[in-house]
Amino acid sequence: MRRRPRVASRIFLALIYLFLYAPIFIMIVFSFNASKSRSVWSGFTLDWYTELFSDSMIISSLTTTIGVSVLAAIVATIAGTFAAIGFFNMRKRWRSPLLAINNIPVMNADIVTGVSLCLLFVSLGSVLKYQLGFGTLLIAHITFNIPYVILSVLPKLRQMDRNLVDAAMDLGCTWFQAFYKVIIPEIMPGIINGMMIAFTMSIDDFVISYFTAGSKVQTLSMAIYAMTRKRVSPKINAVSTLLFLFILLLLIIINVRQIRQEEREKKLRTLKSK
Amino acid sequence: MKLKYLSAPYIVWMALFVVAPVIIVVVYAFTSAAGEFTFDNFAKMGGYVSVFSRSFLLAIISTAICIIIGYPVAYILSKERARQQRILIMLIMLPMWMNFLLRTYAWMSILENTGLLNRLLTLLGLPAVNIINTPTAIVIGMVYNFLPFMILPIYSVIVKIDRSLIEAAQDLGANAVTVFRRVIFPLSLPGVFSGITMVFVPAVSTFVISQLLGGGANMLLGDLIEMQFLGAAYNPHLGSAIALVMMVIVMICMWLMNKFGAGGEEAVML
Amino acid sequence: MAKELIRLRDCTMVFDDDVVLNKINLSIKDNEFLTLLGPSGCGKTTTLRIIGGFVKPTSGDVFFNGVRINDVPPHKRTVNTVFQKYALFPHLDVYENIAFGLRINRHEGRRLSKDEIHSRVMEMLEIVSLKGFEHRDVTSLSGGQQQRVAIARALVNRPKVLLLDEPLGALDLRLRKDMQIELKRIQEATGITFVYVTHDQEEALSMSDTVVVMDGGVIQQIGTPEDIYNEPVNAFVADFIGESNIVDGIMIEDGVVEIFGKKFACLDAGFAPNEPVDVVIRPEDVDIVDIKDGMLTGTVTNVTFKGVHYDVIVDFKGFKWLIQTTDYCPVNSRIGIKIDPDGIHVMHKSQYSGMFGDYSSYSAEYEEISDAELGPEETVSEDKLYEA
Repeated sequence: MRRRPRVASRIFLALIYLFLYAPIFIMIVFSFNASKSRSVWSGFTLDWYTELFSDSMIISSLTTTIGVSVLAAIVATIAGTFAAIGFFNMRKRWRSPLLAINNIPVMNADIVTGVSLCLLFVSLGSVLKYQLGFGTLLIAHITFNIPYVILSVLPKLRQMDRNLVDAAMDLGCTWFQAFYKVIIPEIMPGIINGMMIAFTMSIDDFVISYFTAGSKVQTLSMAIYAMTRKRVSPKINAVSTLLFLFILLLLIIINVRQIRQEEREKKLRTLKSK
Repeated sequence: MKLKYLSAPYIVWMALFVVAPVIIVVVYAFTSAAGEFTFDNFAKMGGYVSVFSRSFLLAIISTAICIIIGYPVAYILSKERARQQRILIMLIMLPMWMNFLLRTYAWMSILENTGLLNRLLTLLGLPAVNIINTPTAIVIGMVYNFLPFMILPIYSVIVKIDRSLIEAAQDLGANAVTVFRRVIFPLSLPGVFSGITMVFVPAVSTFVISQLLGGGANMLLGDLIEMQFLGAAYNPHLGSAIALVMMVIVMICMWLMNKFGAGGEEAVML
Repeated sequence: MAKELIRLRDCTMVFDDDVVLNKINLSIKDNEFLTLLGPSGCGKTTTLRIIGGFVKPTSGDVFFNGVRINDVPPHKRTVNTVFQKYALFPHLDVYENIAFGLRINRHEGRRLSKDEIHSRVMEMLEIVSLKGFEHRDVTSLSGGQQQRVAIARALVNRPKVLLLDEPLGALDLRLRKDMQIELKRIQEATGITFVYVTHDQEEALSMSDTVVVMDGGVIQQIGTPEDIYNEPVNAFVADFIGESNIVDGIMIEDGVVEIFGKKFACLDAGFAPNEPVDVVIRPEDVDIVDIKDGMLTGTVTNVTFKGVHYDVIVDFKGFKWLIQTTDYCPVNSRIGIKIDPDGIHVMHKSQYSGMFGDYSSYSAEYEEISDAELGPEETVSEDKLYEA
């Protein structure tokens, strides 16, 4: 007999959601504002959306963001999946310390990760004659993405029946066939989940990029940060609204698919039980 | 070929880009610009006691507010029907997908003296308030940005509490309040500890929130570090020393979480 | 005659259009050990949860000592439960788990003092033989020990009724046997009414005063273990309790039933003349005799050594019987059988007729059953068989 929440808790929840969504709502509303003011409404316009595409600074920072996020997510997913399988097959004595090191970028304050990578790149750079730029930005993103992929893949490996690989080899699979016909399909949900997390972590990152990108390239977050020092153009509101809607759409698609799949499974189960 | 060797490339990567940077920070923290071993950098921190205490104070207040608000939210959510729960949790996470700087910037337009909040207050005939560029504004920004990190781990621990434990407590004579106080709350503490870590660490190290909402006057640890690397007061040795202190704080938090915590990992995964 | 403690009247339970319980009527007496027995999904756990107060019946009433308690929440009922997987509080040690109910409730109108709580917990630890375990972490205990903590945690509150939901399900066979004896001992020592849910018929028969056999949300039979075993009301009960051969028969008159065209003497009466009936014959009630002395003759198709006896599958005109005997008969041998009148039990036809009791589908237990090679046309030695 689970009691339904009462009115008071409903109101409380509503206030919390209002608190969480008010700034986002305001931001979206002001992306349609005719003037540059961020608090006075002076009429509806789509100008900011059209101007957006002719602003080379915004477009270039957007392409940098998407470029680095996609590349970092792909590399991190591949490397992280291999690393997770490797860790999983290690003795605990080795696995535990390696996982502890793996957790450093997850647990550490972003600014510490950013600063320490910055120091590394600067020290190496002076030796290798290489400056901060897209390369170091990408390395930094891969570094903080891989741990999330590993943390997402490892539980799937633990759920996997340990005998599956042995069974596959017993049935005549080579080592490599066992790997891509048995292990990979089994842990695929974890891999995809890890990639999603990596991608969004990259898109959302500001602090680590800020310390590792140098002065020649900038991500969207960095561009926004530079502008907040003076005045943020409503074009940024427009860009963010578009990104937000894109991610929202992605999430809805993923969730609807998941719910449909669960319902199908439920139906199958009830059919079987009858 | 053994499967464990698949992790070899990443182990090399970790050595280069996770372990080496930490070592460099330690080296910088204990050396002077001339490259000599010194404790000077730590001694210099004495001049920034006010920054340290402000950072800790604001982070602790924000964490406390996050618990006070976040715990009831997590608890109420866990009591909703499964389908609603899923949507409501999604809605808790959704704001995190909006650019963090822009969300904070939006608070500027709400809180500033001629901003939306004061316009609303005057409309209602109330006196205007001065929040922007005060510690209050920073706390609002921190709570706003980090509240989901408190709600999610607590929620994920509460929903996993076995229904039969609650029934067992009822069966033994516990009413709703006692069930909460004696069973649900103690069992949800691991989630609270994870939440504390996940809110406190970013709150104590932020520099964006303090710069946007706190003005120049309310410098925090994050600002101090940032200044030493990219700002006017260029001194990576002092910056590294402060970063090292922060790492120690994180290590203490990690230790606490390992000891009492759970659910943090899943919350990150959400 | 002990007085009635709990009564369920016309209790019906519907979950998402599924009728889980259909108009259950049940009376539980004081000091009774009552077992709800049935296959999974038969409604036995739901019945228990209605008594515990965790669910309300969709319709019907629950009475405790004559008072309707439908709307009394679980924490106000003088009933305690031992849960299926124990549901011990992982954040409390053994002592605190047992003391839980004592600490939060008033007992006899007042809070218990620390000393009283201590002495009652220690007394309980003694009863369940867990002395010295009080400060152990419950998660570090074995299944059997956790089980005993769960029992102690419930009993320490001195409930009027203890509800046990398949409490031995997670234990291995040996431990289960020991705990059965232990539970019966505790029940007799405390005099508390036990309502016990299980799907294990042997457990039900060996522990209970009263067995309630359920299937499909309906009570099939209520009775003592002996009644249930010896006088099952229908094919379902006969099949679920012990092994049984269930064959079609015709009740010629009181005391005479016809099976496979042969008349047999029996003790049953009160059926309509020539009424079609189900006949139950327990495997141990069949005597194997020389073929010329047999009331029926058949071919042995399978023999399995079971230790105390052999399980012999015998084919009678395509219908396979299970017979338990201490005499070895080789496969393919022809044998005769003899059944005493008290070995035959006649039941009215029911919805379960024809569903059970044929051992040609016995392959779950017997790896292979070869079909009997069809012997020469059964030439049964006359109706002299039916005498006695």
